[in-house]
Amino acid sequence: MTAIDPAPVTRRPRVATAWLGGCSGCHMSFLDMDERLIELAGKIDLVYSPIADVKVFPADVDVTLVEGAVTNDENEHAARTIRRNSRFVVSFGDCATAGNVTAMRNRFTREELLQLAYVDLARGEIPTIPNDTTLAKLLVRARPLHEFVPVDAFLHGCPPSADEIWLAVSALVEGRKLELPAAYQRYG
Amino acid sequence: MAGAEKPMFAMDGNDVPFEPGQTILQAALAAGRYVPHLCFHPEFKPHGSCKLCTVKINGRTVASCTTLAKQGDEVESETPEIQDLRRNLVQFLFVEGNHFCPSCEKSGSCMLQAVAYDLGVMAEHFSPFFPSRPIDASHPDVLLDFNRCILCELCIRASAEVDGKNVFALSGRGAKKHLIVNAESGRLADTRLAVEDKAMDVCPVGVILRKRRGFQVPIGERKYDQHPIREVAVGKATARHASGKPSPQGPSKEGA
Repeated sequence: MTAIDPAPVTRRPRVATAWLGGCSGCHMSFLDMDERLIELAGKIDLVYSPIADVKVFPADVDVTLVEGAVTNDENEHAARTIRRNSRFVVSFGDCATAGNVTAMRNRFTREELLQLAYVDLARGEIPTIPNDTTLAKLLVRARPLHEFVPVDAFLHGCPPSADEIWLAVSALVEGRKLELPAAYQRYG
Repeated sequence: MAGAEKPMFAMDGNDVPFEPGQTILQAALAAGRYVPHLCFHPEFKPHGSCKLCTVKINGRTVASCTTLAKQGDEVESETPEIQDLRRNLVQFLFVEGNHFCPSCEKSGSCMLQAVAYDLGVMAEHFSPFFPSRPIDASHPDVLLDFNRCILCELCIRASAEVDGKNVFALSGRGAKKHLIVNAESGRLADTRLAVEDKAMDVCPVGVILRKRRGFQVPIGERKYDQHPIREVAVGKATARHASGKPSPQGPSKEGA
């Protein structure tokens, strides 16, 4: 899968998952590991994740799986924080790896897109393009994670299968090289 | 030739027999040795445009689909250097178009995707162009999705040489080169393309699609879902040669 060895982990591995510009399908697939999640929970500390109520990305994380493309300024900020605070960063699924569905908006301008979503297709409400200053701003284009920060490994699939995630996470938290069978390399 | 020893070249240290007039790629495929390729099609004259079949012969890089095999050639194919070059070429093709595999009807039967699997392309590496290429759904039976075109010109060749219709062409230069429909309106509906045409069946990616056939074969059960392209390509080559063309007598790897 990759030639880069994960840093050897001598304590209980600190694992994070992050959800950037994606549909959360990769995280659904993560949950599809089913009873293996119990085994995993016994081995790691999940220090940050959409399924853990932690507001700020912590320091000193061993492995972070990042779902989704980088599509807005908040994603970009998160990507940089994740990279700074993680020893091993995995592009988790096709959006993080290649832009994928999130990047399908790239043929439109942001203005066209917002107009279409919030005005032209709006029904039963006063059509307004949200403009609160606390909202994340769309980048000109949605782009893969590795366009913003170095990425150590890629998990393919839309979404990656639960088996693939299990093999990958097991290897990484045990400090083994991430080498998946060729059958797991499937785009889409 | 009867009784004479077949001439041979060496590919990555293995002897590959060939018939005079065969290219390196043809001889290699016939002998059960896969060389990654995209614009080559066994039924068409070699085109030499995608360069994915590049090999090194006596220190020179050449396209193996357009280079005639010669007795005693030392051909390097699956060396780290050549595989890296091929990986880069595939990455270029991915970033130049819009290849959204999950929504593509060709996913699993797509040569670009299968070749990327074969070469272990983990990510596109280069900055994606995300070009704007509107689709053409004007034809009653055929959908054209230009986003996926890799400029192999197989549809152009098939339509001109086999169908005699000249439905497709390339336009523009360099990075702006793109596939067009050869009609005054530019619309596929205004051509004589029919679903029975050869041009319908040669696209290695998902540009030319039959309408109302989506997902007839489920994802996961398609050609390259079942077998890696390096097996499919070699089996195809031997099967084709068995039916008609001069047989290159290479050992069949089918079932081996």
